[in-house]
Amino acid sequence: MDRRAFLRQSLASVACSAAAHPLLTTVTLASGAAALGDKRLIVVILRGAMDGLDVVQPLGDPLFRDYRPNLGRKTGATDLDGYFGLHPLLGGLMPLWSKGELAFVHATSTPYRDKRSHFDGQDLLEAGTGSDLLLGQTQRDGWMNRMLQAIPGLTAETAYAFGNEAAPLLVGAAPVMNWSPELSLDLTPQSQLLLEHIYKGDPLFAASAAGALELSAEMAGMDLREGAGGGPLAGIDPLVDFAASRLAEETRIAAFSLGGWDTHRTQKTAIQRSLKQLEHLILRLREKLGPAVWGQSVLLTMTEFGRTARENGSKGTDHGTGGLMIAAGGAVNGGRVLGRWPGLDEAALYDRRDLMPTSDVRDWAAYAMRGLYGFDKGLLEKVVFPGLILGDDPGLIL
Amino acid sequence: MTDRQIIAATRFGYGLPLPAGAPVEAGAMLSLLAGPDTAAVQWPGVHLDEAILLFGASYEARLARRTDDAARIDFRRALEQVNRQAAAGQAAIFARALGAPDGFRERLVQFWADHFTTVPKLYDHKGVVLSLAEDAVRPHVAGRFAEMLKAATLHPAMLLFLDQQVSVGPNSRRAKDGKRGLNENLGRELLELHTLGVGAGYSQEDVRQMAELLTGLIVKPREGQGFNPKAAEPGPETVLGQVYEGKGVEPILRALEDLAVRPETGRHLARKLAVHFVADDPPEELVVAMAQAYAETGGSLLAVYGALLNHPLAWEGPLTKLRQPFDFLVAGLRGLGVAADTLVGMKPKAFERLLLEPMAAMGQPMNRAGGPDGWPEEAEAWITPQRLAARITWAMQVPSRLVKPLPEPLVLAQGALGGRLGERLELALGGAESRRDAVGLVLSSPEFNRR
Repeated sequence: MDRRAFLRQSLASVACSAAAHPLLTTVTLASGAAALGDKRLIVVILRGAMDGLDVVQPLGDPLFRDYRPNLGRKTGATDLDGYFGLHPLLGGLMPLWSKGELAFVHATSTPYRDKRSHFDGQDLLEAGTGSDLLLGQTQRDGWMNRMLQAIPGLTAETAYAFGNEAAPLLVGAAPVMNWSPELSLDLTPQSQLLLEHIYKGDPLFAASAAGALELSAEMAGMDLREGAGGGPLAGIDPLVDFAASRLAEETRIAAFSLGGWDTHRTQKTAIQRSLKQLEHLILRLREKLGPAVWGQSVLLTMTEFGRTARENGSKGTDHGTGGLMIAAGGAVNGGRVLGRWPGLDEAALYDRRDLMPTSDVRDWAAYAMRGLYGFDKGLLEKVVFPGLILGDDPGLIL
Repeated sequence: MTDRQIIAATRFGYGLPLPAGAPVEAGAMLSLLAGPDTAAVQWPGVHLDEAILLFGASYEARLARRTDDAARIDFRRALEQVNRQAAAGQAAIFARALGAPDGFRERLVQFWADHFTTVPKLYDHKGVVLSLAEDAVRPHVAGRFAEMLKAATLHPAMLLFLDQQVSVGPNSRRAKDGKRGLNENLGRELLELHTLGVGAGYSQEDVRQMAELLTGLIVKPREGQGFNPKAAEPGPETVLGQVYEGKGVEPILRALEDLAVRPETGRHLARKLAVHFVADDPPEELVVAMAQAYAETGGSLLAVYGALLNHPLAWEGPLTKLRQPFDFLVAGLRGLGVAADTLVGMKPKAFERLLLEPMAAMGQPMNRAGGPDGWPEEAEAWITPQRLAARITWAMQVPSRLVKPLPEPLVLAQGALGGRLGERLELALGGAESRRDAVGLVLSSPEFNRR
């Protein structure tokens, strides 16, 4: 064997490892979409800790005004149920509220307490474990991936993480697709041809490139344009449109991530961008999915923790505990603010500073999955959220 | 270019071309590694003594801002300083990998920094996290593993990342108020990841005893690692049948020494090194030789590297490992002839846009591994549609912004791949529409992405 051939051996010899690649193995299996039926679950992780008290404001509590002289009432919230009001920048969601397609869960949180670190809090939220002591030890995969592992005939297309941020809640043994429109491969036809040629000897590269090129081509055909005029919403459109196209086909489980919620200063302006993005994401997804698919869908937002009940000295809020979950979709039994409201009396606050959590955010997610897909409680309590003890079904899903 | 040179640069270095005068024989490579760390002097990184001061300043301002609004400004300033320090430290890591005369040393430092992965939990921790590789890994990279283990375990970055800071002995004075208890995080990872390995025969009780033994270790802002006897679990602890008793850090160091020299640890580290450098599924014979060198020398890392470099299988193809995004970028920059000092001099925004953001898109946000087990080794973890797309996009778009004029593609391919340049790629280069596209094809090719 000459030297050149000897070193080139590398490419041929990796062929055997390609059999283990999800893209190559799953095409022969039955569709995971079939096992999940027509229901869609979309989880949006709100990174940075969304201030639930600003989003769904307890206007009926006189203390709220005292705690928040610059936030709260002055933002001009829209009345939801006579006690709570919705932040005006989510006003576009009111038609969903009226139709019963929108619900809120107040004073909910993960089991994470006291340290109030974004990274730890998000890790725990996405690992879905019961205690921060377990983190990084037994559970290195995410809870959504563990749910996927229970689905027979799963294909890589069944679950998608949209965006170029890592989606730890979908990480694990079950195959999952990741894609972000801005990563679209923008190659000339000739370069594409040449690339396919040089990848022919390496199945792992060939399969991944084929996947990337196929997705890019589909996106090109979809005319994924950024929203007019740039601004904070511009980047959302291609992402949502692409997600909607996947959800209309094989995909049943989707994850997004939306940042910018860490509003320590002048929250009134600091939160605008994120709220507008969230509203836009929900409305655009609803529009693009169309009534039939939206009717089968549940979108849940989850954040690592809430923020302090009181405004701080910079007209913002600091890291807290109890937070807010938003549920939207045609399969939501909405028009309600759910969760036991703990009140704002200082004695009722956690650590005398944060909204007291009265439910575990995993409970709501578990019942959403159970309502949509009929998973049994044992699976949810032992595998998806190990150690969780489910309470009564809160009836979040129709 | 000989095969030996190609493998020395590709498997044991940061890619072709080899640094000027770089040795390729095992003995000379080991001598260079045992000699002075010149790259650390030429491109200084973030040391703990500086990082802990900025950490202390931001920590104090973080607390003060709860009651004092003026402290919010101090806090912001402190964080800006931490960020500047961290950005300079990250640029230095790139610069060394690119410019160091001893690529093997830089690869080893990255390997051990990943073995002892820490991730900042708060922005304040960024500099401290970078300093672990600087102060706990680099000085011991060619020394005894036990010394590196002690330095890394007691390093503030580790104590913060794996929650040792909040762990309190259940029967300690600090636990009397009932608010705090034992945290097993560091104790467990120490056994599972850092020493014995997950399959080794230790029990949950060993984990718990190790965690109790570690109680008392704390981080003092502005100072560094400290010991708080009030948090320490009283009485002896038994780990793997050995009893440890005594005051302060001393019994902890004894336990770390014992863990380091155990054969399970040698075997775990030998295999991990072979997986990292040679193949996802390395030859058993090679692993055995390395583990044996470890056992015979009481854990001399230089002896283990010697067993690796002196083994014929270490110098045989095929070269199937996948370059992780950092290695891919550095090898790309090497091939393109970008100078190390260009990176140090780069504006932070440009450094972010041209290197750090693409690296994150390829799946490896710098210093932000997903967990204490560090980055994955297997090729399938790195070559997915999204991650490969990010590599191809960088290969097609970024070189022309860094190097003017772009090199002649065939010359680049020969220089960066030597005899590994395959016929398919060579043929494709002739068909490319532009020099930019051809350069992109070279860097996107399987032979360039594998090592």
